[in-house]
Amino acid sequence: MAYEEGDEVKFPMPLSKKTIGWGILGIVLIIILISLFYTIGPEEVGVIKRWGRFVRTTEPGLHFKIPFAETVTKVRVKHIFKGEFGFRTLRAGVETIYAPERFEEESLMLTGDLNVAVVEWIVQYRIKDPIDYLFKVRDVQKTIGDLSESAMRQIVGDRSVDEVLTVGRIEVALETQEKLQQILDTYDVGIQVTTVKLKDVNPPDPVKDSFNEVNVAKQDRETTINQAWEAYNKVIPRAKGEAEKTISQAEGYAVNRVNRAMGDANKFVAVWKEYQMAKDVTKRRLYLETLGEILPKIGRTYILDVDQKGVLPLLSLAEKGGE
Amino acid sequence: MRLTRLVPILVVIIIGLIILGGTLYTVDQTQQVIITQFGEPIGKPITKAGLYLKKPFIQKVNYFEKRLLAWDGLPTQVPTKDKRYIWVDATARWRIVDPLKFLQTVGNERTALGRLDDIIDSATRNKITSHLLYELVRNSEREFVETEVSLEIEEKIGKVKYGREEISRSILEEASRLVPGFGIELADVRIKRLNYVERVREGVYARMIAERKRVAEQYRSEGQGKKAEIEGMREKELQRITSEAYRRAQEITGKADAEATKIYAGAYSKDPEFYSFLKTLDTYKGTLNKDTWLLLTSESDFYKYLKSISPEKASKKR
Repeated sequence: MAYEEGDEVKFPMPLSKKTIGWGILGIVLIIILISLFYTIGPEEVGVIKRWGRFVRTTEPGLHFKIPFAETVTKVRVKHIFKGEFGFRTLRAGVETIYAPERFEEESLMLTGDLNVAVVEWIVQYRIKDPIDYLFKVRDVQKTIGDLSESAMRQIVGDRSVDEVLTVGRIEVALETQEKLQQILDTYDVGIQVTTVKLKDVNPPDPVKDSFNEVNVAKQDRETTINQAWEAYNKVIPRAKGEAEKTISQAEGYAVNRVNRAMGDANKFVAVWKEYQMAKDVTKRRLYLETLGEILPKIGRTYILDVDQKGVLPLLSLAEKGGE
Repeated sequence: MRLTRLVPILVVIIIGLIILGGTLYTVDQTQQVIITQFGEPIGKPITKAGLYLKKPFIQKVNYFEKRLLAWDGLPTQVPTKDKRYIWVDATARWRIVDPLKFLQTVGNERTALGRLDDIIDSATRNKITSHLLYELVRNSEREFVETEVSLEIEEKIGKVKYGREEISRSILEEASRLVPGFGIELADVRIKRLNYVERVREGVYARMIAERKRVAEQYRSEGQGKKAEIEGMREKELQRITSEAYRRAQEITGKADAEATKIYAGAYSKDPEFYSFLKTLDTYKGTLNKDTWLLLTSESDFYKYLKSISPEKASKKR
């Protein structure tokens, strides 16, 4: 050491040793204090281990622990975790952005009729038992991922492709959730599956067009049928109306005919009754009245005296002969 | 206090800490421990979590996982019993149950995973090649729900004797027989993914497309058929409506004609002679006009008076 006793006296550092001592003590105290307290967030639970062994769990708030011996692991028990299969969300929001690449190895699966479908889905889960979650299974997230794929394929494998694409969606989701939960429970992983939801379910890209074609054909069928009905409706109601018209006309004719007949008959009877009274004179009257009426209308009238013979040849029967 | 006096104390403390550090060790809740002395395992495995003592420097602590671990195989290409090539990707859960044996046979997790690759892959391969494809895909004999598009399934699906879960179980069984030698227990083996290999997939797609095309054609021809049906109906309906109307009209007019005839007959039969007289006169009015030339003799009833006012004379001559 290069220090002399005199050097120490010369430089006024009366607190130097104490300062160092207090300093060290202070740092140690701060470290102890820091490791003495910990806070648990509102959606968490603290799992406390003493020398590696689980001792207790703590609720949200400020807590005390034995420094160095006890360690805290915070487990987000209220948080809903989400796993995505066949797609990835890049940024969630009002307009969620999805990763452009496809994850076909996750989503491509065989259906029960040995066809292929592309199924995208999400799994939501929460930690129902933080102790099981921490101490029973190591790669929980991977386990959930693997098992969810396995469960989904098992459920889809018992359905036809059309069922998966159309009517079976909800059922597939529900049964997968049930199956997944059942498998997870056998591992005591401490996870509660809250939701399994199918997102897009599609036929594989190469066959998509032909699936659309079926829809188009279905539309075509409806259109063709509608057109046929249109033509039907164009003709039939009109024909019905015309039929009504024909019948009405016939009825009109009937009324007319009967009325006229009755009129004629009544007139005849009336005249005839009078005629009965004075047959001869009535007959003459009627005859003469008629001739009186028609003679003026007639083009030419020739009156031949029966006593004169040979007049007839004089008459030219031609039109101009009379002029 | 002189610093020179402080140094030995510090040295003693540091050495003490090192010795203490070499003596004390903790076993975590998730771990199990084997103590080895110059590579030689000492005592039983420690599986209970807590603070423990060992001889410093000469004894080494070997930590092993106590929790369930994941194994994820690579996809392998396997033919099924019906010679369909598929990719199979299995997943398994396993744990170290005998850390001593584990330490002696495989040593660490990485080596263990390699061993599991071999064991599970070969078990999977064995089981896949001895089952038909639909048995691997299906799990039960559940009937498909009828959808709007109902295809006849081209491939005959037979009885699902085993099903995926059953086959998974048999893979687990077969693989489980080999792992205890490594101090490992297999908890579960499952088929995670199963897919046609690319070449087969193309064929399947072609089949799917053909099926859809058939359905599309079916729809179209259904539409045409229905259209023809409606057209036929239209034609029939049209004929029925018009003919019915005609029939009704004829009936109505016929009835009216009959009635009129009856009325006329009823009236005219009172005096047919008078009727023909009246009717004839009426007809004259209608048929004679300016184009008519009428030749009448002075003997006619109308002109007889032209020659004589004595009708008797005129009529006598006739």
